[in-house]
Amino acid sequence: MLVNQMKNERRSHLLKFLEKGLRYDKRKLDEFREITVELGVSKNAEGSARVKLGDTEIIAGIKMSVEKPYPDTPDDGNLMVGAELSPMSSPDFESGPPGTQAVELARVVDRGIRESKAMDTKTLCIEKGERVWTTCIDLVTINADGNLIDAASLAALAALRDTKLPEYDEKEKKLDYKSRTNKKLPLKKTPIAITVYKIGPHYLIDPTAEEEELIDARLTVTTSDGKLCAMQKGENSPLTIEDVDKMVSLAIHKAKELAKRL
Amino acid sequence: MGLLVKDKEIVTPGEDLALGMDYLPSYGTFREGERISAAKLGLVSIDGRVIRIIPLSGKYMPKTGDTIIGKVVDVTINGWRIDINSAYSAMLSMKDATSEFIPRGSDLTRYFNFGDYIVTSIINVTSQNLVDLTMKGPGLRKLGEGRIIHVNTHKVPRIIGKQGSMVTMVKDATGCRITVGQNGVVWIQGDQPESELKAVEAILKIENESHISGLTERIKEFLEKQG
Repeated sequence: MLVNQMKNERRSHLLKFLEKGLRYDKRKLDEFREITVELGVSKNAEGSARVKLGDTEIIAGIKMSVEKPYPDTPDDGNLMVGAELSPMSSPDFESGPPGTQAVELARVVDRGIRESKAMDTKTLCIEKGERVWTTCIDLVTINADGNLIDAASLAALAALRDTKLPEYDEKEKKLDYKSRTNKKLPLKKTPIAITVYKIGPHYLIDPTAEEEELIDARLTVTTSDGKLCAMQKGENSPLTIEDVDKMVSLAIHKAKELAKRL
Repeated sequence: MGLLVKDKEIVTPGEDLALGMDYLPSYGTFREGERISAAKLGLVSIDGRVIRIIPLSGKYMPKTGDTIIGKVVDVTINGWRIDINSAYSAMLSMKDATSEFIPRGSDLTRYFNFGDYIVTSIINVTSQNLVDLTMKGPGLRKLGEGRIIHVNTHKVPRIIGKQGSMVTMVKDATGCRITVGQNGVVWIQGDQPESELKAVEAILKIENESHISGLTERIKEFLEKQG
C-alpha cells in the first residue's frame, strides 16, 4: 500500500479538478486536444500519415505486397498490423521486442479495421488460393503523451486512405514498387476508435500521460457510422453495466465528431 | 584583436567571441589558443574582462548549493537514487536524508518511496558529475499532494524574480503554495482548482515571455484581470 501513497495523493488531487469539470490543461472532460492529420509523410511507403493529438504524435505507414492467402480465407486480402513504442517517445518505453502495451496497441487497431469490415477484402484477391494483396500497417510512436490507441487507429485509417497500390505484373508475378498506380484500397467504412477513461466517477476523453497514469479503467470502443465494431477493456478496475453503457454512448458521440475532422 | 561580439548578442555554439588574451572565458565559453568561442546557444554577457553566456535552452546542469525538486526512482541499500531532471541522476545517502536514527535493516521506503517528490539540496558534484544530495536545511522536505510542472531551467531565475518577488506575487494573488527548483521542476498546490490553474498559467506565461521587457507589469495585470 505504501508504494501507492504518492499515486493516491496525485489521484485525489486530480479528482478535485474533475469534480469541478476542470482538467490540468483547462479542457472539458470530454474534449480532445488539438488534432492534426498529415498525409503522405513517407516517400517509400505506399501510404502514410502523421497524427498529432496535442503532444502525442504517431506515424503510420502502409506497405503492400502480394502473398499467398491463409488457407481458411483463400479469396481475402491479408491484413497485418505492427506497433513500435519507440524508446525516444517516452521514458517508460524500452527498446527490444514488443511488450504487452505495443502488442495490445497493434491488436486493438487491427481489430477495429478487421471487425468493422472496413476493407472489401474480396477485391484484394488476385488469384484464389494463390495470390492476394497483403496490407501491412506499421505504427511508430514519435512522442507518447497519452491516448496512444485513439491516435494510432486514427493514423492507421488516414494512412489506409492515403494508400496507392504499386504496379503488379500479372505475367511475371512481380511487384514494381517504383511505379505506383492510381488504384486505392477498397475502403468502405471509417472505423474510429474512441477510448473512454474512467477515474473515480468521471469519464475522460483523450488524457495526457500525466492523467493516464492515474486512471482506474479504460474502454476502447471502435464504431463506424454509429455502429459498434470492436471493444477493448484495460486497466485494473472493473466496470459495471451502467459504466459500459455510458462509455459506449459517449464514444459513439465523440466518434461522429472525430469523423468530421478526418 | 579584442571583442568580436556585442553585449547581449545571441551567439551559437562555435561562434568566436573574442581574440587575444585581454578577455577571460567564463560559463558557456572556452578558450582555444588565442580565441574565445561559444559552447552554448545564448546571450553574450560581458562583465569587465569576463565573457560568459546566458543560455537560452538546454538541460539542467547540477551545481553545488542548488535547491532542486527531485523524484525518487530507486531505493538502494544505503540511500535513494533521485531523478533531478538532468542528464545525471543523483544519490541521497542515508546519513544526509534524515536526522532520525535509522536502525540496521529497516525499510527505507518508510522515509522516501518510489515516485515521491522531494525538495532537496545539492551538497557536491564531482568532476564525473556524480551528484550528492542532502535533506538537511531549511525548507527541504518531502512534497505531498499537488502538481508538478516542468519549465526551462534557464528561466527559473525569472520565475523566482529578484529576492523572490515574482513567485511571491503569484503566490499572493492565487493563494497557492509554490516551490520552484533550480532544475526547472515546479511544485504547485492550491486549495481551489481554479486558482491553481491560474498559477500554472502565470508561471508558463513568465517562462514564455521572460525575454520581453515589462514582464512584472504584465504578469501583475494578468493575475488581477482574472481574479
